[in-house]
Amino acid sequence: MPVKAQTSEQQGFAYGALLLGWLIPGAGHFLTGRWIRGLILFCSITAMFAIGLAANGHLYAPNTRNLIEMLAFFGDLGAGGLFIVAKLLGFGNTVVTIVSADYGTIFAVVAGLLNIVAAVDAHSLRIGRKS
Amino acid sequence: MLLSHFNAVLLFATFASIVFGITQRSTPKAMLRYGLYCWGWFVISVIVAAWVMHWINP
Repeated sequence: MPVKAQTSEQQGFAYGALLLGWLIPGAGHFLTGRWIRGLILFCSITAMFAIGLAANGHLYAPNTRNLIEMLAFFGDLGAGGLFIVAKLLGFGNTVVTIVSADYGTIFAVVAGLLNIVAAVDAHSLRIGRKS
Repeated sequence: MLLSHFNAVLLFATFASIVFGITQRSTPKAMLRYGLYCWGWFVISVIVAAWVMHWINP
């Protein structure tokens, strides 16, 4: 059975791709040298988040109102830097009164969740669990 | 920006399928095939669900 050689992807801080990928969509893949994948992920996740805001979607703040809203906050938080910057700039402080804004709210939450999927994928590439 | 429900479905399916395709497969060809596969099922599922909801509550 061939011995698996230690690759450069297994050296250094193992969670760098995960954290960077969370903070900036696709950046975890940049760190592992997958530039095209990272760029496509950045464009897709950022576009989805931006469309959510453009549709007057609501961004959740930390809350203890009910389980759905608490989970939605964690979904939004998954977008990392996008969520932080949007909150700092005052986006997403809308009251959802039309259906389109409801779609926008969901788009922002799902963009965050997809960013977590992408960040975990970058981490898997970083530690050599997948190629 | 106003989104109709069907437009929202198409956009949602597109973005989700892109991410799924890239993260769940290893080669570009497999990524594209899986992404299209996911996209197709997203759209078909929503259309079927819409008709089922219509039939159970006309």
